[in-house]
Amino acid sequence: MTDDTETLTRFAPDSGTEVALPVHTDLLRLATAGSVDDGKSTLVGRLLHDTKSVLADQLDAVHRASADRGLSTPDLSLLVDGLRAEREQGITIDVAYRYFATAKRTFVLADTPGHVQYTRNTVTGASTAQLAVLLVDARKGVLEQTRRHAAVLALLGVPRLVLAVNKIDMVDFDESVHAGIAAEFTEHARALGYADEHVVTVPVSALHGDNVVERSERTPWYTGPSLLEHLETVPVAPDPHDVPFRMPVQYVIRPRTTEYPDYRGYAGQVAAGVVSEGDEVVVLPAGIRSRVAKVDTPDGQVPSAAAGRSVTVLLEDDVDVARGDVIVAAENQPRVTDEFDATLCWLAEKPLTPRARLLVKHGTRTVQAMATELTTRFDEQELSGVDSPEQLELNEIGRVRLRTSESLPVDEYADSRRTGSFIVLDPSDGSTLAAGLVGVPLAPLAASVNH
Amino acid sequence: MTTEAIMDQNLDLSEDPATSEAPPQVDNLDALESEAIHIFREVAGEFDRPVILFSGGKDSTVLLHLALKAFRPAPVPFPLLHVDTGHNFEEVLRFRDELVSRHDLRLVVARVQDWIDDGRLTERPDGTRNPLQTQPLLEAIEQNRFDAVFGGGRRDEERARAKERVFSLRDSFGQWDPRRQRPELWNLYNGKHRAGEHMRVFPLSNWTELDVWRYIQREKIELASLYYAHRREVFERDGMWLTSGPWGGPREGEEVVEKTVRYRTVGDGSCTGAVESEAYTVDDVIAEVAASHLTERGATRADDRMSEAAMEDRKREGYF
Ligand SMILES: Nc1nc2c(ncn2[C@@H]2O[C@H](COP(=O)(O)OP(=O)(O)OP(=O)(O)O)[C@@H](O)[C@H]2O)c(=O)[nH]1
Ligand SMILES: [Mg+2]
Repeated sequence: MTDDTETLTRFAPDSGTEVALPVHTDLLRLATAGSVDDGKSTLVGRLLHDTKSVLADQLDAVHRASADRGLSTPDLSLLVDGLRAEREQGITIDVAYRYFATAKRTFVLADTPGHVQYTRNTVTGASTAQLAVLLVDARKGVLEQTRRHAAVLALLGVPRLVLAVNKIDMVDFDESVHAGIAAEFTEHARALGYADEHVVTVPVSALHGDNVVERSERTPWYTGPSLLEHLETVPVAPDPHDVPFRMPVQYVIRPRTTEYPDYRGYAGQVAAGVVSEGDEVVVLPAGIRSRVAKVDTPDGQVPSAAAGRSVTVLLEDDVDVARGDVIVAAENQPRVTDEFDATLCWLAEKPLTPRARLLVKHGTRTVQAMATELTTRFDEQELSGVDSPEQLELNEIGRVRLRTSESLPVDEYADSRRTGSFIVLDPSDGSTLAAGLVGVPLAPLAASVNH
Repeated sequence: MTTEAIMDQNLDLSEDPATSEAPPQVDNLDALESEAIHIFREVAGEFDRPVILFSGGKDSTVLLHLALKAFRPAPVPFPLLHVDTGHNFEEVLRFRDELVSRHDLRLVVARVQDWIDDGRLTERPDGTRNPLQTQPLLEAIEQNRFDAVFGGGRRDEERARAKERVFSLRDSFGQWDPRRQRPELWNLYNGKHRAGEHMRVFPLSNWTELDVWRYIQREKIELASLYYAHRREVFERDGMWLTSGPWGGPREGEEVVEKTVRYRTVGDGSCTGAVESEAYTVDDVIAEVAASHLTERGATRADDRMSEAAMEDRKREGYF
């Protein structure tokens, strides 16, 4: 073994020591992003390794696989690049989800691919993230793919970014290289709508571990926290919560048993706001008014339930409610419409053309739809709009006018991630074509269509 | 709208979320439970003939517990499917049958033994039947026209599983193509499939082994007894403690000893090992899992040690 392998000591906790159970209510969901080979998977592997989240048999497997490949040091990216094709090609193809905890926080980590061909998988990993670690290779700086990912992150509303200037070892830990990249990126992020204080830059070496978990002595000019220290302490941004109670109905629970002859409950996950017994609600799209008789859960009745909770709502009146309907607070209702502006992130090889037949799944309702107009294509490199494109191609972001066969109760994505998002499906084979967002939740795109 | 007004709508990124009033955070287990229940209900709403894979093991017991909660006070609207290797632990089978009758469920059993008896499958030289489960599973899915199959797989179990979607589409040969997975955005699951295709659905995707045990503790879920420490006659093979059963016993030179052990996973008895353990209660198990330096599969499953991509290869063919 070389010196380097010795620094990767195996995690072997002394038996008999007290183990602090990593149990928190404090959870951060994060995703990696950045161009191919910038070191995302290596960084994730390093983070897992240095926080002792890698178990001995997993680490053994990585040692063995690295040796098989003739490497003198273990390749920590093999901890996450779990598919055969990924290991053969040395790239990430699909998202890997990893779960780890430190004394301060629990993390759900999505390691996403950098290759442009797999951007759809990056979008998958980022769609639920509260923070993204965007990597840049210090030798290469901000690349086309870095800007594409930054645009996707801004569009999806990922509230916080960390710019990790990686491979700092390859530029002799040079402060000016770091400063140059940081300045260029911060300005770009600002143009995308990010406030400066929500973009933090850290110089790291994923390969050697500098500033990943421990602060490095080789970057004395850097006075900020290590990446992990930042991840442990950054405030977790909640989803936007500007709208009151919303719940798409998933399923109608009617036991029809002798014990529950008349029970009729509407099962769903609270998508926004809070629902309480006695609340006045409206069932959309029909617009029927009623009152919440009871908020039921699998553990019994509760006075109220907040966003994220799976519940069963019982209403006072005997109204007709089915899967696909949305129960909402009466005082502040979403717009019910069969025509609206939306932003699409197109994820299919087959381009979107105007008037093509589509399906839209919004909440629990799937309806036929058509993009009657492609208004603007977003140039994610120049952060400008291109008017009336002929089509929207793979990985392109664009503003469209959508018409649906039935009315949908929609909120703006900027106000509510859950009720402002939808997916676009291909009616011919059911595949997923696009991520859809109601409105134009991307500052430079919104500005460019303002005329 | 003015530019300012439009920019205003997009201020979410720059507004400091810490200062605005946030909805109360739910406990991690509550969030995982709500997510799993949401997944069960989506499938019930979008598919015609779902089924729950159920072996009587810990993950499938937790899966069933969540299904019961998702539709309460109505019964679970799906049957169960067990792919029986014939290499079962007696107490797990008994536990399986007891749960089925307690909750008045319907159980479909596909037997690997039947396939061996009539020559459609041949016993492997190593006697292991886990890889033989794929064909009986796929046939049962086809014959019963199941269009959604719930599995207890978790992403933390294995590197290939870490890559799988919650809704994982299988083609008409039951195969998984990891290079062509659909994007899975937010919590909007795409249940569309063509005739002959089916969906594998994993409600426990985001749970870790420790989450499962903490949930078992919190919900007081009863498990097959072999998950807790007990005395058992075992012999050592490939660094694992195996036990005798219908699958055979010790080979020459393998000495039988009595030890206090428990199982971390339960599968084909010929390749599922026990671990030495003094964990008699769920609290003991949680302490043990938290301190363990081996993954549950690494510790106890010979079938996953075979090659770097053993799990991926089996999944591609249509395995769980
Ligand atoms: N010198 C040096 N090399 C690094 C560093 N981080 C990563 N590498 C190397 O860069 C190469 C690519 O690393 P990966 O982690 O696979 O890159 P990635 O960003 O995950 O790539 P994709 O997922 O395919 O987009 C590997 O050979 C790594 O060993 C670093 O900090 N310093
Ligand atoms: Mg990678």
